[in-house]
Amino acid sequence: MSPRSSIIISDLSTGYSSGRHVSTVTSGINASLIPGELTCLLGPNGAGKSTLLKTLCGFLRPLSGNIIINGRNITEYSDHELAKVIGVVLTERIHIANMSVDELVALGRSPYTGFFGRMSLHDRKIVDEAIKRVGIENLRTRMIHTLSDGERQKTMIAKALAQETPVIFLDEPTAFIDYPGKVEIMQLLARLCHEGGKTVFLSTHDVELALQIADRIWLINKAEGVKTGSPEDLSLSGDMARCFRREGVRFDPAAGQFMIDNVCRGHVNIKGSGLRAEMVGKALKRRGISVENENPAQAVIEINEEAYRFDGRDYNDIASIVAAVSAFFDAEREN
Amino acid sequence: MKRSNTGLLMILTAASIVVFFILNIMLGSVEIPFETVMNILTGSHDEPAVATNIVLKSRVPQALTAIMAGAGLAVSGLLMQTVFRNPLAGPSVLGISSGASLGVAFVVLLSGNIGGVALSRLGVIGEVTITLAAIVGSLLILALIAFVARKVRGNVTLLIMGVMIGYIANAVIGVLKFFSAEEDIRAYVVWGLGSFSRVSGNQTTVFILIMLIILPLTFLLIKTLNLLLLGNSYARNLGLNIKRARIKVIGFSGVLVAIVTAYCGPIVFLGLAVPHLCRGIFRTSNHAVILPASLLTGASLALLCNLIARMPGFAGALPVNSVTALVGAPVVMWVLFNKRKAEI
Repeated sequence: MSPRSSIIISDLSTGYSSGRHVSTVTSGINASLIPGELTCLLGPNGAGKSTLLKTLCGFLRPLSGNIIINGRNITEYSDHELAKVIGVVLTERIHIANMSVDELVALGRSPYTGFFGRMSLHDRKIVDEAIKRVGIENLRTRMIHTLSDGERQKTMIAKALAQETPVIFLDEPTAFIDYPGKVEIMQLLARLCHEGGKTVFLSTHDVELALQIADRIWLINKAEGVKTGSPEDLSLSGDMARCFRREGVRFDPAAGQFMIDNVCRGHVNIKGSGLRAEMVGKALKRRGISVENENPAQAVIEINEEAYRFDGRDYNDIASIVAAVSAFFDAEREN
Repeated sequence: MKRSNTGLLMILTAASIVVFFILNIMLGSVEIPFETVMNILTGSHDEPAVATNIVLKSRVPQALTAIMAGAGLAVSGLLMQTVFRNPLAGPSVLGISSGASLGVAFVVLLSGNIGGVALSRLGVIGEVTITLAAIVGSLLILALIAFVARKVRGNVTLLIMGVMIGYIANAVIGVLKFFSAEEDIRAYVVWGLGSFSRVSGNQTTVFILIMLIILPLTFLLIKTLNLLLLGNSYARNLGLNIKRARIKVIGFSGVLVAIVTAYCGPIVFLGLAVPHLCRGIFRTSNHAVILPASLLTGASLALLCNLIARMPGFAGALPVNSVTALVGAPVVMWVLFNKRKAEI
């Protein structure tokens, strides 16, 4: 539907310059965006995600290096030319009273409409299609200021679709949205790539979601700059874990998840199996007590049909048995 | 809002202009009956010369001036509010009208000191000089703002710069006043009260012609203004050259204010209030609707204010500036209250 488009970045430095003062945020970036793929930019706060994204959008000039879009350097594009190549969706909330969803999406046609911005039948059709593809037909006449965060984000995505650009950049499109909403947005964007042939690049803090859905990941941090690869390769190489390394948090490559590290206070054996046993294990882990069924441990928990049994007493629910086990280990330590 | 409603509201606003225009001509210190007015306006020579004179020489020019000034100020305010994305912006916010005041203050207050003749006594020559001084003063400030606009990136920075320039202009006016004769100060204060009948004869024609050229030109900005609503980043991503657009919009707004202020004095309030009133009534932010709506509503309100200022009893004694705020502010507040209710 839209022409495929490639973006190649070489030796790019991003940052801000005002007058003689230059502050570099990230340097030595080499990467490329592949048409038809969903790429997520991950990195801790302050790593330079927004700065990189703004530079790629053309809002900031590269301090050095090149961004080549379809064979031409980004700095050679006029605002008007770039508007037909890159569509953006930003984190900033727009505050416009009395503008309907339909009107906003229609503004996406601006690069194509004439001097007065009058819409042709063709423009109208593309706006309708964009609204349908994002699935917001029911919101058409709603005013933007009455929308929820998720609905507003979808409207802005529809605007970018109406813009008919081969490339769409999004700055944290899943921020402020509940979990099912985040998944919905990400799946929508993945569909645009895989079925619509768009190149979608977005920054996000939802690492676990990104690892599940993105075709490619860009990792950015202050120390190492930008590393790219498939989610699996970056997990295996340990780059994922290194990028987000911090006290008390551990990246589990197999699960593609962050785990909270607890100081281990002791081990228990659990006799019994099934979901209830697993839940007891989870609750104990939160208290720094790990389940070791291979080796005999100081404490043994029995799980049967009616109750949880520990130290000769029956407990009715997980909260009370965990409290008892925890107290047991506290007492152990004091002795 | 449905299209049919927008059309209907637009027609009603236009109709109110016609009604207020005719009332403006009928009412005043001398009341002229409707039929007489109609006859005179359609070119009949059978009516008494006194009535014809009052209508054609005084009231029609004054009403036309009010229409143009109201339309100009409203459009100017709308442009400023959109470009700065700030509901408190108005035509006077960038100090452009202060620039006009400064120009006028210079000639009015200094002429007595230097030339020994109070400009206010010079009749038509004085009028023309004041108009020119106001235009020169405001265009100088506008040029300064345009220069600053090319240097600074942020809207808020530019807005604050404009407000500061306004303060400086006012401070200079204060100093000038301090050294001026009481008679000149009074002339300056009277100019500052604003009036749709300050200028006369050919000057009115010039004013109306200038406005007839500039006002339609602002319709070329509709697409730009709609994009600016989205904020600079989105607008730029949709192909708008922000710096050029900003200077274009501020330029138009500034020239409108400069000219209206030069001919009618610094008339505040209309420019700030009318766009809000229109957004409340027309329920849209689309400039293809709100720009013509502001233009018509501005013209209509200016006529209404002029009418009230000349009500029997006030007999032209009320300054337009007092009326615009006294009548307009409650109306705007009422519209905003109603809007809030509708949104909940």
